[in-house]
Amino acid sequence: MRRFEYHEPKSLDEASELLGTLGEGAFILAGGTDLFVEIRERLREVKHLINIKRISDLSAIEYSETSGLRFGALVTAGELEAEPSVIRYYPNLRRALAELASIQVRNRATVIGNICRASPSADTIPPLIADGASIETFRPEGGRTIPLAEFFAGPGRTVLEQGEIAIAIIIPPPQQGSGRSYIKHGRRKAMELATVGVAVSLDAKDNICTGARIALGAVGPVVLRAHKAEEILIGSSFDQNTVERVAEQAMQECTPISNVRSSAEYRRSMVGVLTRRAIELAREEPA
Amino acid sequence: MTKRVLEMTVNGEERSLAVASYRSLLDVLREEGGLTGTKKGCDVGDCGACTVIMDGKPVNACLVLAVEAQGAEITTVEGLQSSPDDLHPLQEAMMEHGASQCGFCTPGILIMAKCLLDRNPHPTDEEIRFGLSGNICRCTGYTKIFDAIRTAGKRMAAASTGDGTKAPDFSKAEA
Ligand code: FES
Ligand code: FES
Repeated sequence: MRRFEYHEPKSLDEASELLGTLGEGAFILAGGTDLFVEIRERLREVKHLINIKRISDLSAIEYSETSGLRFGALVTAGELEAEPSVIRYYPNLRRALAELASIQVRNRATVIGNICRASPSADTIPPLIADGASIETFRPEGGRTIPLAEFFAGPGRTVLEQGEIAIAIIIPPPQQGSGRSYIKHGRRKAMELATVGVAVSLDAKDNICTGARIALGAVGPVVLRAHKAEEILIGSSFDQNTVERVAEQAMQECTPISNVRSSAEYRRSMVGVLTRRAIELAREEPA
Repeated sequence: MTKRVLEMTVNGEERSLAVASYRSLLDVLREEGGLTGTKKGCDVGDCGACTVIMDGKPVNACLVLAVEAQGAEITTVEGLQSSPDDLHPLQEAMMEHGASQCGFCTPGILIMAKCLLDRNPHPTDEEIRFGLSGNICRCTGYTKIFDAIRTAGKRMAAASTGDGTKAPDFSKAEA
């Protein structure tokens, strides 16, 4: 591995100060599963590594019926995958976690690291955006809570400021009659980046859609919300005709590119197919 | 660059090694630690050849900094055997089934298979596939590896319950 200086701050204040004073070339180490690859493949020039694993209170997972799920920056994908409240209430997130890389990687990779890397094809982002999650940050002058849908500024870029550290994710509790799903499309199941990922979260009352959030992964510079498609769905009874129109609209709203994994046209067609399937799946198991 | 003293337990033995903080756990186990059973296939987390157990969980040693293993308990493929003449049931079964050809993937597969069988002695093919999805083998086509894991699972369950028929069902356990 290429050389870098290594730091082990004991508090968020200390970590944030290090980030500020060391400037460019200083990066936070949480899981390391992406960062070490980027260092080896020379995709990122790392001069200082700031390991936040010795900071206490970043490893908690808490669920309550009133405030939902909150998990800290050091929670690994494997821990969250095995968390009873995730299995029970957030099957969409669970699916995304179980399809992330491999068991070995999931035992190290943190979910917040996966999010902060801001890849448009990150598996965990679409279900979290569809569920209305927000991210909590630390700043010396006071942290903030940012809706995850507003957290990304472009591929690999977030709205985090210099010295600001993402410390937790909060997902609201599921409403009665809500349903959620995530479908990842790739050529194989494991060790694969999504060609397209679609997450859908629905609220319904008396079989009428009262709320819908559709998040599309790997078909734009950031994970997108298909707002117009959602509007078509809200107020409908999930009839086939409406669902077809929603899927059609989601295809219009995405902005895919062609790359080694697939062409833009293919991605756009798959958005249609998967949006339809994800709505059906979310309707199958309402909470 | 300053070195740090790293203290960890490897295969039940306490080790204290001076390491530079940019070195991976994989490099340190193989070089400073002298344990070359763990292999380096890709060095970027894709192949699973470097899999070791760290505090009870399988991880890619190439994606862990050695200094992060401070205080950790590590099991490498060398730690599967209780003594040099005593093979682990998985090692026996891999030999019997010819499940190792060039052998480069074998240490990682053995570690992953042990983690799987410890939780779930009678895995289905789907569960074996899921358990090994982070381990690449370029030689065997996996079939013989699956056969070996099933055989070892049966023997391990038989050894722990006496007859092998009443092994607890962990098939619903988490990965
Ligand atoms: S060497 Fe670590 S996964 Fe390939
Ligand atoms: S035996 Fe050669 S890679 Fe598996």
